[in-house]
Amino acid sequence: MVKGASSMQWLLLLPVLLSLCGCHTAVLSPAGPVSEGERTILLDSLAIMLCIVVPTIVATLAFAYWFRASNTRAMYLPQWAYSGRLELIVWSIPALVIFFLGGIAWISAHLLDPAEPLKSATEPLEVEVVSLDWKWLFIYPRQSVASVNRMVVPVGVPLSLRITSATVFNVFFVPQLGSEIYSMYGMTSRLNLEADRAGDYFGLSAHFSGDGFPGMAFDVQAVSPQEFTAWVAAARGAGPVLNDAAYQGLLTQSQDVKPYSYRAVRAGLFEDIVGQRLPPGEGPATARRQN
Amino acid sequence: MWGKLSWQAIPLDQPIPLAAGALVVFGMAAVVIWVAAKGYIPYLWREWITSVDHKRIGIMYCLLASVMLLRGFIDALMMRSQQAMAFHAAGYLPPEHYDQIFSAHGTIMIFFVAMPFVIGLMNFVVPLQLGVRDVAFPTLNSVSFWLTAAGALLVNASLVVGEFARTGWLPYPPLSELAYSPGVGVDYYLWAIQISGVGTLMTGVNFVTTILKMRAPGMSYERMPIFCWTSLAANLLIVAAFPILTATLAMLLLDRYVGFHFFTNAAGGNAMMFMNLIWAWGHPEVYILILPAFGVFSEVVPTFSRKPLFDRRSMIVATMAICILSFSVWLHHFFTMGAGGDVNGFFGIASMVIAVPTGVKIFNWLFTMYGGRIRFSSAMLWALGFMVTFVIGGMTGVLLASPPADFVLHNSLFLVAHFHNVIIGGVLFGAFAGYTFWFPKAFGFVLDERLGKLAFWFWLVGFYVAFMPLYVLGLEGMTRRMQHYDRPEWHPWLLVAALGTLLILCGIALQIAQLVVSIRGRAQRREPTGDPWDGRSLEWATASPPPAFNFAVLPLVRSDEPYWESKQQARAPGQAATGEPEYSSIEMPRNSATGFVTAFFAVVTGFSLIWHIWWLVLLGLAGAYATFVVFAWRDQHEVTIPAEEVARLDRANRTARAQALREEPAL
Repeated sequence: MVKGASSMQWLLLLPVLLSLCGCHTAVLSPAGPVSEGERTILLDSLAIMLCIVVPTIVATLAFAYWFRASNTRAMYLPQWAYSGRLELIVWSIPALVIFFLGGIAWISAHLLDPAEPLKSATEPLEVEVVSLDWKWLFIYPRQSVASVNRMVVPVGVPLSLRITSATVFNVFFVPQLGSEIYSMYGMTSRLNLEADRAGDYFGLSAHFSGDGFPGMAFDVQAVSPQEFTAWVAAARGAGPVLNDAAYQGLLTQSQDVKPYSYRAVRAGLFEDIVGQRLPPGEGPATARRQN
Repeated sequence: MWGKLSWQAIPLDQPIPLAAGALVVFGMAAVVIWVAAKGYIPYLWREWITSVDHKRIGIMYCLLASVMLLRGFIDALMMRSQQAMAFHAAGYLPPEHYDQIFSAHGTIMIFFVAMPFVIGLMNFVVPLQLGVRDVAFPTLNSVSFWLTAAGALLVNASLVVGEFARTGWLPYPPLSELAYSPGVGVDYYLWAIQISGVGTLMTGVNFVTTILKMRAPGMSYERMPIFCWTSLAANLLIVAAFPILTATLAMLLLDRYVGFHFFTNAAGGNAMMFMNLIWAWGHPEVYILILPAFGVFSEVVPTFSRKPLFDRRSMIVATMAICILSFSVWLHHFFTMGAGGDVNGFFGIASMVIAVPTGVKIFNWLFTMYGGRIRFSSAMLWALGFMVTFVIGGMTGVLLASPPADFVLHNSLFLVAHFHNVIIGGVLFGAFAGYTFWFPKAFGFVLDERLGKLAFWFWLVGFYVAFMPLYVLGLEGMTRRMQHYDRPEWHPWLLVAALGTLLILCGIALQIAQLVVSIRGRAQRREPTGDPWDGRSLEWATASPPPAFNFAVLPLVRSDEPYWESKQQARAPGQAATGEPEYSSIEMPRNSATGFVTAFFAVVTGFSLIWHIWWLVLLGLAGAYATFVVFAWRDQHEVTIPAEEVARLDRANRTARAQALREEPAL
């Protein structure tokens, strides 16, 4: 038992040690205020619970070891099965911990609500995000450019994302920026993020969406506002135009699509996708034959 | 003539499924031929297939669960090895195959391993603990079992004929709709779960009735063993939740078969509704599984601590609190759908509140050990392993219940690690504890302890090695169901996780060895008294294996631990041996092939629905209905066991028991 105890406690400490160093794990190395806030809630809740979980595990192993049948020094209480004081403690400790954690959860669920705009002096950048089989389309309505599988954003500027799906459910997720959210056909999900460090961050779909799902990765490039302006200018100068015909092409299933951009976007495209005025993703070729 | 079915349905071009399918088919054929050659078929038909005895049905449930555990575990090995290999590579499983494997793994492990295992334990134990002779509806019980087996057969048939779903263990639309999943895979899933779901619902009805209406004289609700309480809670949940599952899947079937638009992208369907409905079933389902496991530990811990359970009243209150609260938390499965702070906050807190009664249970087991004389038999080791492992799983669960934490962990491998933490560390460890604990009651001999303990340690260490890396991977942003990936930081952890599954494989191999060694040495392992662990509740008060009628005379219950109390009285000095009771003849339900025949027609119906063979659907339904009419028309439904036979069976056990009590070393 003793040997088992030490190995189990070592394993228990593993995630804690990792979170303390926090060097490689994407979720624990935030690059923006949202993921920063979420990491705080995650680590605080973990720390609060460890205060009760670790003693419980230690007590379990200690009681099991001390009250082993072969230990003649341990007392034996063959009738003892109730204590009012212990009953009170047994109910109140978990209740108080949950009261505390529940309070944190309630407050932070409001503070970190993905739909809530971030407080900032800077005007937010609007991006419209569409999940397709199996790639991501990012439309910049003000700039009238778009890109596939790459989202370029300026550092320090809040992002106001409107997210939908042209096909099955997906989840938009950039671990280092925080909050994931579902993309759903015919519906708009709102998400507010911000990058406050320049860098390349990986993004993925966090909801299985079919055979090409693992090939649905995208990247987020957080650059300085000047570089962002330069990128918009460059995007406007090259690449195809995203009109209804081009959009039709995007509805066909494909995966591991190399990032590219559109020099112009037909106005109102996102609204037409959400409003179901454009057809949904085609699905697999076999389904089309049957229909 | 044969609908969509053609020779193309058999995957002759894909070596892995073909080999796996061939292995299953030849394995089953070999077993059937061996049984037939040995002349065991009449015995199997008479004593098992047509048996309506709750003990036999319970054993068959556990056997089904064990066989399906092997199937589900092979899927797990394939997934772990694929992910260990698929860094910057395609691995050896193409997406269309890998997606079937993770879907089948989840479906099988929940519906055909965890469910049958806990239902099997309830079947075997509950009537014995209540001190009665059978469940309320014995033939219905047999129908329940065979329908569950029918569902399992359909899932496995998809290996050989056609394909399985590629949509995960819960087929979320719109992906599972015809437009995006045109194959028969989702139909296999839907019909298999519908058929076995009917069986589960009938089990729920049966056990709620049994526990509420059939208890030994004197057994009030407060005196019911905790396992019966948790079984009652689980079956109430089955009765309340399974109709939701059936209705939800029926809506998806209507979408797929007759062009409805409940959840489609087109024509105003709303797939979010499916998420709500499926989790309105899905979250109570989790407690349907874990509550009976809690019940097992509530029997094991006191028995091996030689003490009554600490604070029974709190245990019962906690059980029923979990039972009710489990219906108020389903939304935490999709905090990331953007419901807003009020809704997310409410369901976050509701989910956390369940941790209170669960925590109370943990503390009660802890204080049950306090002042005990603990014997570390393997059943107790499973219980201790559970207590340590489950609090970690509970902690990560509360973490996920906090909406902001869930916003970065939803659908990640952190979540996968969490639910394996509670399902393996809770449900499966509970099932194994129960299996070890009640095996001698079922078969009259004790399992090999040395191999059992070794298996426990491999499972425990294997679990930690396999799933702790998944927590880390979740924090590294890895999402579930990835057929390949190119993040270098994920790769080492996936290699460690794969090693963990190999350790678990050793654990399973040791469990098989334990069973084989124990059966071969059963003559030396015989346990004549029927009470190998110095038990406390009524199931230990009868012979092992118990006679068909369980108790020659229904026991009179005067306390919380009736059998412990009667042993204490007999142990008291100067206590004269009680005389023989007055035996009378006992009426028991007759065997019935209804369950088996119904299930046969259910398989025919399900299979032909999957492949659109409409004439065969009608034939199957007609057959099932005819079976029901024939059963309803029966004249005789009971057999009488004469009093002399009852006396003969009971006397041997009474003698052995009295002998053992006399020879017991003083404590």
